[in-house]
Amino acid sequence: MTYIAKPRLHHPSLVKNKAGFTRRDYEGAVSTLCAGCGHDSISAAIIQACYELDILPHQVAKLSGIGCSSKAPTYFVGASHGFNTVHGRMPSVMTGANLANRDLIYMGVSGDGDSASIGLGQFAHVMRRGVNMTYIVMNNGVYGLTKGQFSATADKGSISKKGVSNPDSSIDMVSLAILMGATFVGRSFSGDKHQLVPLIKAAMAHKGAAFLDVISPCVAFNNHSGSTKSYDYVREHNEALNRIDFIETREEITTSYDPGTTKTVQQHDGSILRLRKLGEDYDPSDKVAAVKRVQEGLHAGEVVTGLLYVDPTPSDLHANLNTVDVPLNTLNAPELCPGTSALDKINASLR
Amino acid sequence: MPQAIAAVNDFVVKFANVNGSGSASANELFARSILRMGVPVSPRNIFPSNIQGLPTWYEVRVTEKGYLGRRGGVDMMVAMNPQTWAEDVKEITPGGYLFYDSTKPMPSSMFREDINVIGVPLTAITNATYTDARQRQLFKNIIYVGALSVLLDIDEKQIQRLFSEQFKGKEKLIDSNVKAMNLGRDWVKQHVDPDLVKLKVQHADNVGDRIFVEGNSAAALGAVYGGATVCAWYPITPSSSLAEAFQSHCKKFRHDKETGKAKYAIVQAEDELASIGMVIGAAWNGARSFTATSGPGISLMTEFIGLAYFAEVPAVLVNVQRGGPSTGMPTRTQQSDLLGCAYASNGDTKHVLLFPEDPRECFEFTADALDLADRLQTPVFVMTDLDIGMNHRLCKPFAWDENRVLDRGKVMTAADLDAGKTFGRYLDVDGDGIPFRTYPGTHPTKGSYFTRGTTKDEFARYSEEGPVYVRNMERLQKKWETAKKIAPQPLRYSSPKPTRFGVIYFGSTSPAMDEALDHLEAEGHHVNALRVRSFPFAQSVEDFIHEHDRVFVVEQNRDAQLRTMLLSEHTLDARKIVPVLHYDGTPITARFIATDIATKLGQFKVVSFDKAAS
Repeated sequence: MTYIAKPRLHHPSLVKNKAGFTRRDYEGAVSTLCAGCGHDSISAAIIQACYELDILPHQVAKLSGIGCSSKAPTYFVGASHGFNTVHGRMPSVMTGANLANRDLIYMGVSGDGDSASIGLGQFAHVMRRGVNMTYIVMNNGVYGLTKGQFSATADKGSISKKGVSNPDSSIDMVSLAILMGATFVGRSFSGDKHQLVPLIKAAMAHKGAAFLDVISPCVAFNNHSGSTKSYDYVREHNEALNRIDFIETREEITTSYDPGTTKTVQQHDGSILRLRKLGEDYDPSDKVAAVKRVQEGLHAGEVVTGLLYVDPTPSDLHANLNTVDVPLNTLNAPELCPGTSALDKINASLR
Repeated sequence: MPQAIAAVNDFVVKFANVNGSGSASANELFARSILRMGVPVSPRNIFPSNIQGLPTWYEVRVTEKGYLGRRGGVDMMVAMNPQTWAEDVKEITPGGYLFYDSTKPMPSSMFREDINVIGVPLTAITNATYTDARQRQLFKNIIYVGALSVLLDIDEKQIQRLFSEQFKGKEKLIDSNVKAMNLGRDWVKQHVDPDLVKLKVQHADNVGDRIFVEGNSAAALGAVYGGATVCAWYPITPSSSLAEAFQSHCKKFRHDKETGKAKYAIVQAEDELASIGMVIGAAWNGARSFTATSGPGISLMTEFIGLAYFAEVPAVLVNVQRGGPSTGMPTRTQQSDLLGCAYASNGDTKHVLLFPEDPRECFEFTADALDLADRLQTPVFVMTDLDIGMNHRLCKPFAWDENRVLDRGKVMTAADLDAGKTFGRYLDVDGDGIPFRTYPGTHPTKGSYFTRGTTKDEFARYSEEGPVYVRNMERLQKKWETAKKIAPQPLRYSSPKPTRFGVIYFGSTSPAMDEALDHLEAEGHHVNALRVRSFPFAQSVEDFIHEHDRVFVVEQNRDAQLRTMLLSEHTLDARKIVPVLHYDGTPITARFIATDIATKLGQFKVVSFDKAAS
């Protein structure tokens, strides 16, 4: 389990970021997942993203549900608070946490069992409310902790380790998130760090509901021939629509590309997403086209990856509720309690 | 001529109406006008789970003595609903009165010989005056209030004053309502013998500074005063008006004067699972939060309640109880969620419950619950019910200590951590079983921890070691002992004469119990009473039971749930704890309590101890 502490000795050559932290400062406990598990690569990508974004580690709040993926928050950003909630209900806890303190960075980590089955309802609603968060589903199409049952994202006709063919249609979390109102939606592959890290950074900078579906092969139960979530299958069928460079406003743009090969999206916080086109012309700001392209990919057996949909000027739950700029958890009696003279008036009005 | 019940300031009028016909505000006007004459009233809505068209009743008890429980029996029926005519007529006490719309002639078989009938052609009067259909419907209600005001001697000036307050600034509406009232008054004056109805209201001075308010609105105000900033809820009868009242109180008191921005967040969640999840998430992150729900909602929330207990996250749940089990009786009242809340969730769990008796305590206890939840770091339930929540109840005015601060309990700050204080999230540093917590984002390098529903050691590290688990569970038990001391304490009412008999009661039973104790005393039955106001039970509850040979426990449920809790929390002789149970969905009455206790007391006097209890 997760009680093994990592040695905290830092190599002097480890480079500090602008916040004064080394990459090691964003690590957590040693993973207890299986060797080669895709989830560990995603944790590493989160660590890399947080380090590169110069985030203060304690300004992150990590929330998860139940399952292999939901254990992952212990493996990154150890100096932040984490909450391993109940199965499928992380979205509501994250919503409440976000309401209490709008200043923290919310990272929700879940799996396909947690989010696509028991938690499908809460998944839909957290997207439609526009909770300012990064919601990552570590998607392996299988129940690992209970040893190999199909999950709701397993493709119809895919074969389990025991040789059973899945008779049920799969749930596509990306399409669902777009339809439910998420304002930043991407898909990636745990084995493609170069695509994944910038996507996580961009999602964290996004001031609204950001969702990343990360295909993350289960080496123990879903990495065999006949699976559509194996390393081999995903590598062969990965249809990357774009790769993004995440550029914070204060950074100097150094790399240049041939005209016509990139598309630039500026997010509300000023950060710039430069999309490097890979082949086809794809516009991720077109919601209808995004759903169409993702569905076409599903039909063709492709794993369509990249930044699939973004609304660069989203609204979030706090904006919708018109809450004060300071975190609600910093307000105290003088700001919250109307006092005795107001109560006297209330009493008088009730006679 | 039938007999005629004669009473001054002590009778019951019941209105039988059709749901959605606008009768509610007219009936409330009737009740308030009597209140303004200094005579206490206790009104109750009896309504179906329906929006429009089904029968609904409004029962007003006029009670100079201030007995605010439901009395039982009907002295005058205002029968405005043809659909329920037969049962409404049947319900009138012999010698009572039937007030009806006599526009259409009715066969004599529709009436009773032993009651007095007052027919007023309400529809005819209305149709002769108004052409608009909606006006006809609404003003017909005001016309009957006017007619009743003459029959019962209700001061018309008080009604006029109520119109002026209600429609302040809309003079036209005031005039048209006064006109409608006078249509009813004039007709009765011209056509009805003034001595026919012998139920009369006379000016008195028994209301004092008391306020007239619904428990749900009061609880919502308590949440505002108690500093709740996050409310997550899902609509369910009879609690919906609580969250809506929180919204309207917040609109008034919680917007920044300069920016107009909200110092609160209210989310109507997708279901009760999400609403309690949001409450827990917000409280984990240091905001005061609460939800309002009813029994079926609690059933759904049970998993999260266990998490909050074991991970030690504050949460406040206001349970406006209704009739169970399952969907049960959505619009009727019961106290039947005690066990379901006290021991909600799997494993060894116990939760703090508060039992308000009226709107005033709904206000007080909801504010207190927010303090208690923070101090104890655990879910706290405010166990109100439909009877308190959805009816206007006369009660002491709300009170607040200007110097009161929000007691956030044991929270370690960045300064504490920098000063080198040891932080163990589940470490009991001073023997009260309550550990310190940190809010997320407190300190760059210290004080972070992982919150989980699995077992852990004092420093929040996952552990399935037996001794570690047992230590944690025993600390939670110690916290339970602390809760006994800081939750609202029971209140004792002693009989003027020494007695071997005691009675324990709680919550909305209170007004009926007060009255029943007077009845019993008048009949020579001396009983000491203890009103339990929280669970876990204070030591004084056990002491009270030990002091008496027999203790009646009065509850509004079938299974004697409070009695079960008393027996499970203390070592007691079960035979001496005698249940007194009312659970048909109507509020308990003094008549029922007094009769049941008197009967049982009679039995004890003639039967030996062992036989009586077997």
